[in-house]
Amino acid sequence: MKHFKSLVRPYILWSFLLIVIPLVLIVLYSVTTGGNSLVNIQFTFDNFKKIAEPIYLQVFARSFKLGIITTGICLVVGYLLAYQITRFSEKVQGLLILAVTVPMWINTLLRTYAWISLLSDNGIINSILTAIGLDPVTMMYTDFSVIIGLVCDLLPFMVIPIHTSLAKMDKSLIEASYDLGAHKWQTFWKVIFKMSIPGVINGITMVFLLAISTFVIPKLLGGGQYVLIGNLIEEQFVSVGDWNFGSAISLILAVVILIMIRVTKKMEKMEGGSEQ
Amino acid sequence: MKKKKRIFSIVYIAVCFLFFYVPILVTMVFSFNESKSLTHFTGFSMRWYEQLVNDSEIMSAVYVSVSIAVLATVISTILGTLTAIGLSKQRRILKESILNVNNLPIMNPDIVTAIGLMILFSSMHITKGYITMLMAHVIFCTPYVITSVYPKVRKLDDSLANAAMDLGATPFQTLVKVIIPCIKPGIYAGILLAFTMSFDDFVISYFVTGNGVQNISIIVYNMTKRTNPTINALSTIVILVILIALVLGNVIPAVVTRRKKKKLSRLEVQQNTAE
Repeated sequence: MKHFKSLVRPYILWSFLLIVIPLVLIVLYSVTTGGNSLVNIQFTFDNFKKIAEPIYLQVFARSFKLGIITTGICLVVGYLLAYQITRFSEKVQGLLILAVTVPMWINTLLRTYAWISLLSDNGIINSILTAIGLDPVTMMYTDFSVIIGLVCDLLPFMVIPIHTSLAKMDKSLIEASYDLGAHKWQTFWKVIFKMSIPGVINGITMVFLLAISTFVIPKLLGGGQYVLIGNLIEEQFVSVGDWNFGSAISLILAVVILIMIRVTKKMEKMEGGSEQ
Repeated sequence: MKKKKRIFSIVYIAVCFLFFYVPILVTMVFSFNESKSLTHFTGFSMRWYEQLVNDSEIMSAVYVSVSIAVLATVISTILGTLTAIGLSKQRRILKESILNVNNLPIMNPDIVTAIGLMILFSSMHITKGYITMLMAHVIFCTPYVITSVYPKVRKLDDSLANAAMDLGATPFQTLVKVIIPCIKPGIYAGILLAFTMSFDDFVISYFVTGNGVQNISIIVYNMTKRTNPTINALSTIVILVILIALVLGNVIPAVVTRRKKKKLSRLEVQQNTAE
């Protein structure tokens, strides 16, 4: 096997040039002014100070709020779905999990686009509502449409890890808990839920991280006024042209996310350790 | 009591699947609609498919999406597999740092990877277009290939490769005839992941493209204000292709293993009768 050691060399060069250097550039841009001309750069922390302005803090708060709501809905709906799936035979479970993953294979943009025709003012849901004699409801370009889009897009990321840890669970533990006199809720909380915590942690992190950094779904289903962190970054790079400020926001987003991943990895390890 | 529970399970799963699949079904149904309406089905027609085929902008986006997905998958699978093979025998520090760097594009939000590349390409004065998009796709696909191949390489028994070389195989022969067949499942998983990640990508493509080079995602993104049934036709085709691929991917291996089992049992019977 020693003969193949040199095979990593191309990737070392490649990943340094195209993974490490871009990140260094983001850091460099975030602490300088003067945009793209690297000739007369000046160091400054103004870009970070700007983030502390109320308008931008609001954007961060809104993104986190939306991320928490989406994650909460995905957790409740997704946990129940994963739990119900485990009740079937192994073969059926495989098919059901496949059915959960199939939408993930279809282009996200195309799936989100489909929601527009369902949710819009003269869309399918509203024409059903008027047909049965109810008033139409405005759903597009609200929190509701954005959350629906996010949940639909991210639910599989919650269901799959939870299902994996539920399926791994030893069924005799549940029987033991009943035999020892625990009733249904006790068995659920103290045995089933406890055993599935690694999956739950994994699901929560995935959904939350994807939800706070998204910018396509809010733009498509929330309209142009709906600004989240992702949209703010996009604006800086595409329309406003303030790359330095955009880099500062991205840097904060990346640091927050990397820290959260570290913390959850630690939590998972602790969970795994306590089991033994 | 048990029956009631079962009914609840089925109903709940059905409702969840409705939520997943209704948008997809609506898209497919209305792609055959005669009128432009996305709410009233007025009659069956193929007119949106005709428009789709004649729309050179959308057709070139399809070409870009498919060709980039194929090329990025091929390049990142080769690069990722070779790296994973070479990785297991490196010094610990080097190995850990390569793996950590490799994890960055997976963990970082897409938008951060995207703007990093955007800044890189423009500060090096590279014109953005097809090539930059392809490079970007290889960058974010390769880490997925490495993470799915590397665990298989680690499980590999060293003595197999050593035996092959002792018996006179060249390193290249050992690679192709011994190592790669052993890590095949990991490579397949990597190919699958790379292709879907590339085909599904919007964020990174959006920031690193230029010169009017668009993939399917970018075209849909720019088209959302007008409802356009040709997009429904496009979605339907994409959905059908993916469903067929998934069915083939899941059914063919099952059929093959069943056949193998049959052959084996037949062999056993023959042996038994011979005895």
